[in-house]
Amino acid sequence: MANNVKSILLAGVGGQGTLLASEVLAEVLMLAGFDVKKSEIHGMSQRGGSVTSHVRWGEKVFSPLIPEGTADILFGFEILETYRYLPMLRQGGAIVANDLKIAPGPVASGTESYPEDIPAKLRQQVDDVLLVDGMDKARQAGNYRTVNTVLLGALSKRMDISEDLWITALKKLVPEKFLQENLRAFELGRQA
Amino acid sequence: MKKTILSGNEAIARGAHEAGVRVASAYPGTPSTEILENIVQYREIDASWAPNEKVALEVAIGASFGGARAMATMKHVGLNVAADPLFTLSYIGVRGGLVLVVADDPEMHSSQDEQDSRNYAKFAKVPMLEPADSEEARLFTRIGYEISEQFDTPVLLRSNTRLSHGKSIVNLEDPVTGLPEPKLVRDPGKLVMLPSNARVRHPIVEKRILDLEEWSCDQPFNRVEEGDVKIGIITSGIAYQYAREVFPEASVLKLGMVYPLPKRMIREFAASVDKVYVVEELDPFIEEAVRAMGIEVTGKDVLPVCGELTPERVDRAVNGTSAVTAYTVNEKLPGRPPMMCPGCGHRGIFHVLKQLGAFVTGDIGCYTLAALPPLSAMDSCVCMGAGISNATGVAKVLPESERQKVVGVMGDSTFLHTGINSLMDLVYNKSTATVVILDNAATGMTGRQDNPSTGYTLKGDAAPVVDLENLCRALGVKHVRTIDPNDIELTRATMQEMMAIPEPSVVIARRVCMLERHGNAERTAPLVVLEDKCVGCRACQKICCPAISWREGAGEKGKGQAVVDALLCTGCKVCEQVCKFDAFGVIDGE
Repeated sequence: MANNVKSILLAGVGGQGTLLASEVLAEVLMLAGFDVKKSEIHGMSQRGGSVTSHVRWGEKVFSPLIPEGTADILFGFEILETYRYLPMLRQGGAIVANDLKIAPGPVASGTESYPEDIPAKLRQQVDDVLLVDGMDKARQAGNYRTVNTVLLGALSKRMDISEDLWITALKKLVPEKFLQENLRAFELGRQA
Repeated sequence: MKKTILSGNEAIARGAHEAGVRVASAYPGTPSTEILENIVQYREIDASWAPNEKVALEVAIGASFGGARAMATMKHVGLNVAADPLFTLSYIGVRGGLVLVVADDPEMHSSQDEQDSRNYAKFAKVPMLEPADSEEARLFTRIGYEISEQFDTPVLLRSNTRLSHGKSIVNLEDPVTGLPEPKLVRDPGKLVMLPSNARVRHPIVEKRILDLEEWSCDQPFNRVEEGDVKIGIITSGIAYQYAREVFPEASVLKLGMVYPLPKRMIREFAASVDKVYVVEELDPFIEEAVRAMGIEVTGKDVLPVCGELTPERVDRAVNGTSAVTAYTVNEKLPGRPPMMCPGCGHRGIFHVLKQLGAFVTGDIGCYTLAALPPLSAMDSCVCMGAGISNATGVAKVLPESERQKVVGVMGDSTFLHTGINSLMDLVYNKSTATVVILDNAATGMTGRQDNPSTGYTLKGDAAPVVDLENLCRALGVKHVRTIDPNDIELTRATMQEMMAIPEPSVVIARRVCMLERHGNAERTAPLVVLEDKCVGCRACQKICCPAISWREGAGEKGKGQAVVDALLCTGCKVCEQVCKFDAFGVIDGE
């Protein structure tokens, strides 16, 4: 498969702000001088369904979709969704995920049950797992809706890209009135 | 040149702006919707939502007749609705250039079928361009207008979900200048498709396709990427990206125009390589044409016809290998299907319809989610507008005892799209089925766009509102009733009464979409579960509200109890009304 192309798979639940996070990520990578592609599904999946976004970058990127088992980082916004897409991760890849459970419909209505102790199951297979209490840090930042930016902060520490570019991208894509709390959220995420 | 990162839909909108488009019309449809939502930022373009795709294309055709460059956009199934004007437009040609963007949805991420729109290009005898990334989406849109005017033809531009909703880097160019000003030009021999005129036009259409075929062999949008001659891949669109990903060394003939095909170029390419593959999504469209040229190819004998392509699907099909992933999940995980939003007005009505044992002929929209468990309250769904006419048909064949169970259901936008004719037929032909119009003042599933019943245009200006009650009465419906579907008792009583009437009846269930853009959605204080009253009967779980979840083992008898997420709850109180134990309440002071 293609040479020197890196990739991140975002996995979360519709409504969690994965879309904005992937926008910021793609913008940062473009600012860093890479060819970038990202792909995701809108529509049906937005209504609380399972959501993924594929982000790939390198000198030249062809497929916008990450081939199975080749993602360098699995970037999860919810712990079950992180676990669901574990097979997308390459050998030796890293997980950066929000330590949050959101019950899917069939679990909430009692027809299926939420898997036990997912963090342990992730750590059993993958060496590099960073779990972040995104909700707690978002509240510290001043708005629980900044969870996605907290997670971006945590992710940014795993990527070899200068912090300035992340700040530039956030300034471009986050509406002015929410910018300060998002910048705080990003910093708290970097400390995670 | 300025570099930026755009989605395919944003890039098509940019291309329209650069090409000097003056009029753009569309009906929302995933994955095409954001083209018009982005075009509206270019103030020189008159951008509007039409009630359906046929109207959208006809508006664009009119603009072309006036001498302006025009665009219509739609999803693949929308082109079925717009097919009628497209076929005749092919004979007429254009004055101002016309590009029709059609976005396919392989894998049916948000569609009821995965038809391959390339067949329309061949069927209607019009050229079709297929970009492979956002930069090509922008560029091919521009080129489309040049082709349209040079060859006097409408041009189809095919996108798909991965292109429309994917982002990649785009080089922005300045808009074209010096386009002629629109003006009236009478040309009945070309614009009036009477049989005598159409007979003159048809041979022109046939010659046009032959001319395009030859011309396209020398255009940069069709190109050979030289590589190892052992494998030669003919491909186009997003499939090109997967082919290059999996076979970085192969020779590739990348087609930018998928109809008509550049036969001379294909022949030369095939002769230059040892083995020819055609890598394309959905139908063997290119493959069959290449085979008909007498060239041996491998294509759908190994590649899937169903679903979208992915790098691993191409790899598996052609190399016969299956990548082994490093990590696995060795247990069955609960699915996470989409659900109606908290406070959604569709929840109450479907809860009632299920209780009443109605046979619901449904339609396309957020409310189609009512077909899923635990609501499981929809019995059919075919296409836009079918909910009412299907009800007419079902009621025709049933014995009288069962007839009153038939209820045709659709949303406000779907009713205005193609449901009005269906209701006209229901009344005219004396059906007794009951109709429910779910009026949530939005075209919800595609992203709560405006429509003629919402009071706003695409540009956000105030607009006249269709009076649904009087429209139904004008069609001849004598029994029209408007209800708030969050009032469960009223909804149940009204549905019982209307279903029993042996005459056409319409119930308008009016409740603004919780995601409505103009701030008209109603929110009140969130509810709480009163722990001393909840007995764990799970009745509230059957209405499928994302704000209500379950605490296992809670409650006196350990049967578990419901719990409301106050951040999600909108205070609609549907749960309170389905609870027989008065276990839902509002905290005092809120």
